[in-house]
Amino acid sequence: MRVLDPVKISYRNLVANKFRSFLTVLGIIIGVASVIVIMAIGSSAQTLILDQVSGIGSNLVGVLPGASDEKGPPAQALGIIITTLKYEDFLALMDKKNVPEVETGCAYAQGVQTVSYQKNDFSFSVMGVTHDYINVENVELEQGRFFVPEDDVSLSRIVVLGAGAKKDLFGIDDALNKKIKVKDENFTVVGVLKDKGSAGFGVGGSSDAIMMPLKTAQKIILGIDHLSYIRLKIANPDEIAAAKEDVAKTMRIQHDIKNPKDDDFSVRDTASALKIISNITDILKYFLLSVGSISLLVGGVGIMNIMLISVNQRIREVGLRKAVGAKNGTIMLQFLIESATITLAGGIIGIVLGIALAFIISTVVTNFMGYDWQFIVSGQSVLVATSVSIAIGFIFGLYPARKAAKISPMEALRYE
Amino acid sequence: MTSQLIQVKNLCKTYENEGVSTRAVCGVTFNVAEGEFVSIMGPSGSGKSTLMQMLGFLDRATGGEYIFQGQNANGFSDDELAEIRNKKVGFVFQTFNLLPRTTVYENVELPLLYDGDVSGDNSAKVLSALRSVGMEHRKDYFSNQLSGGERQRVAIARALVNDPSVIFADEPTGNLDSKSGTQVMKILQGLNDAGKTIILVTHETFTAEHGKRIILMKDGGIVSDKEITTRRFAMDGELLK
Repeated sequence: MRVLDPVKISYRNLVANKFRSFLTVLGIIIGVASVIVIMAIGSSAQTLILDQVSGIGSNLVGVLPGASDEKGPPAQALGIIITTLKYEDFLALMDKKNVPEVETGCAYAQGVQTVSYQKNDFSFSVMGVTHDYINVENVELEQGRFFVPEDDVSLSRIVVLGAGAKKDLFGIDDALNKKIKVKDENFTVVGVLKDKGSAGFGVGGSSDAIMMPLKTAQKIILGIDHLSYIRLKIANPDEIAAAKEDVAKTMRIQHDIKNPKDDDFSVRDTASALKIISNITDILKYFLLSVGSISLLVGGVGIMNIMLISVNQRIREVGLRKAVGAKNGTIMLQFLIESATITLAGGIIGIVLGIALAFIISTVVTNFMGYDWQFIVSGQSVLVATSVSIAIGFIFGLYPARKAAKISPMEALRYE
Repeated sequence: MTSQLIQVKNLCKTYENEGVSTRAVCGVTFNVAEGEFVSIMGPSGSGKSTLMQMLGFLDRATGGEYIFQGQNANGFSDDELAEIRNKKVGFVFQTFNLLPRTTVYENVELPLLYDGDVSGDNSAKVLSALRSVGMEHRKDYFSNQLSGGERQRVAIARALVNDPSVIFADEPTGNLDSKSGTQVMKILQGLNDAGKTIILVTHETFTAEHGKRIILMKDGGIVSDKEITTRRFAMDGELLK
């Protein structure tokens, strides 16, 4: 027997039974394609979120109310409202005597409110911010002006619109100096921000938000006197660790805390936030992958099913092959090659289909939904899908192949 | 002196099924010399097909001794039996047993794919075998595009392709019309004339008489073993019964 003869025999069999081969391949195609698509969506979503977060800047230190583990999400992210962070804390942190590394900073108070313009109501995130917001967040103005230091405490009824909010409220019309209602209070639009995109996961995107002076938001709209969080921009990124220490010390003095274990605040920097988000998205990605793998497994069981039926249908054929000299091992090899070929072919078609689907999804999301959704198909996912599909072919083909190999040639030839 | 190809002594085959023993063949003794044309004849259930399966290494005997080309077949492993089936024997079945949706050429090539020979081209052997049964012109046809007689001729070509020592034909004319049956018998007689040993299993006296010797079986044993005095020769126009 030549080396390629078992392949030749298997190939002839698969071609001779095209429809059966196609049905078997289908399960693997769907399984592999879904793994590729899911991995691609996971990677693209992760990249999108991380890009959005890192777009804020890598030299930011955030102060959040409530203690939290450095590696886990802050309490606020879980929907818990803590009111211990105050404007006075912000002023203390902005004092160079307390935190010499700080370049500038911004205090935030945010909530969701109904905003209306000409009888059209929208629900927007309303952010009360201090005047240096645009420097801290790296955003630029499209039109008009941002707030000045006097606005921070003036209760001015002015707003700056995020690009998405402006588009929703005014469409292509000019928004400057127009009056809008926020929670039935009149506000004048003094500026519009340039579009910087939105992560859509509450990680600091300003596109769909409406900004107003901090005190205005706290007193008139949200009815609170605490801050949601504070962000400090550190002049030298190498001093982030030192800045975090100084921020913690200052906060402890502000809140009269003697023991760091009693901290009622958390200090985070963008790098560690990125790490946490990356961890969370990794978990989500692998969760999605495991869901996709189930469909691959189902495809594998389908192969075993069809191969078992195929063995039963081909008992006479097996008998004949043995009658003309096929050894048990050769018959087993033939069936294994058949199932592995089916899964390999299904894997290749599935990969091509998966890549095509991932590309279509990225095109649709980028062009119709406005996200900067990258088309990412990792070599790792292709390698995993290919090797898993071949492995499935062998594993699920093994039992039917053994069954075929054990058939007695005499009984097989008599089989009706 | 012609050497013995097959020597059978007290060969038995008993089937065990749920505690019930059934003797299909028992106490069979005979020899077949190289170049013989032996017809094993008997009614349904006489054990002739079981005997042929043991002689053709498709099944193992449960008693007695089977010497093939001087070697005791009882000790052969499954793989050794497969190798003998591939190189030393050829089968022609009543139901042809061609692979469906497969060409004539590929069907005849089948034994060569299992022969362990890593060199050479199969096509010369396949075409030569097809030529010997007059089917070379149909090599690219699919087996389902052939008539019964043509299928059996392809099956004979497949049995011949590895140049075996003996051809076992189990009711080769059983599923054929009279004319096709005659053609098949003519081919088998021609092969025998060329020196090939043929063992034919049939329940028809007329077909059996195309051989040189008839072993008559009944109830698993041999009733008679005689040379045929008035041998029939398959020729065009002859009608098999």
